[in-house]
Amino acid sequence: MVNIVLVILLMAIITYLIRVLPLVLIRREIKNPIIKSFLHYVPYVTLSVMTFPAILSATNVIWSSIAALVVAVLLSLKGFKLPVVAGVACLVVFLVELIPF
Amino acid sequence: MSSRRTNFVKGIRDGFPIALGYFAVSFALGIKATEAGLYPWQAGLMSFLNVTSAGEAAAIALLGVGTTYMEIAFTQLVINIRYLLMSCALSQRLTNKTGLLHRFLIGYGVTDEIFGISVSLDGEYSPYYTYGAIAVAVPGWTLGTLLGSIMGNLLPWRAVSALSVALYAMFIAIILPPAKKSKIIAGLVAVSMLASAVLTFICSKFSLEWFTEGFRIIALTIVISLIAAILFPVKDKEEKNNG
Repeated sequence: MVNIVLVILLMAIITYLIRVLPLVLIRREIKNPIIKSFLHYVPYVTLSVMTFPAILSATNVIWSSIAALVVAVLLSLKGFKLPVVAGVACLVVFLVELIPF
Repeated sequence: MSSRRTNFVKGIRDGFPIALGYFAVSFALGIKATEAGLYPWQAGLMSFLNVTSAGEAAAIALLGVGTTYMEIAFTQLVINIRYLLMSCALSQRLTNKTGLLHRFLIGYGVTDEIFGISVSLDGEYSPYYTYGAIAVAVPGWTLGTLLGSIMGNLLPWRAVSALSVALYAMFIAIILPPAKKSKIIAGLVAVSMLASAVLTFICSKFSLEWFTEGFRIIALTIVISLIAAILFPVKDKEEKNNG
């Protein structure tokens, strides 16, 4: 049997090292145009990949997820700020799920 | 001085929806932790020290069926390796002024969501913005886990369902405004989502369970970002400021 506290510490150390090493080791601006562009695009690609299709299975029924997705896209394009988009999306899920399917 | 304060307050403001979403997700995680035989304080400690949904969910699942230290270590490495990429990207927003202590502290907070808002902060990046986000998001994450493991199914399922969408809505709010300004980023977002949907479909269709979500995220991120970097190298400052 493993010791749960040791498991928690082991996980924490590994995860922290993964997160902190690039921040500590990369101290200069990267000049290589390919690597630089690669790192510039990473956030958009990774956030897109994480959002879709995972958002479709985040809620109890797929319709509420789809409704939230559409509303979040529209509000973001209209220029609403992050907390508003997130809050309204939650509200949309709640309201849609009140409809009996 | 006051810009530290401004950035900290801004981080708290933007961190609030993260905290809400975290609360919902970690509440569910806490329920699973209890089922797997963890005490609430252990579940809370795990969340406070790790702050990683996929990594913790995997560890809890493994603990439930019995596991080894090696298995835990390997799982965390594979699932969380995407943070390496995120930190590499975030390192380019830091300047020479960002001291070692700041770098160690920021590292604690590199989650999908805090990274997302930190890397896309308009103007000059400030560690205090990330600290503000951490100050609300981590308590949300830890408390959610703790309460979930103590109270189980007390929070109405409708509320949990509604809160669960917050994190995704937030991602959309982060990526779409720059996509509106840049055709390249708009195309990249569309291609990424489509590729992710196709790969997820293939994995479930052919039961490729070893090709986990964490694995898919990093594989797609590397391939798509690399292709984009080769096809559309960033023209120094102007593009960077837009992003």
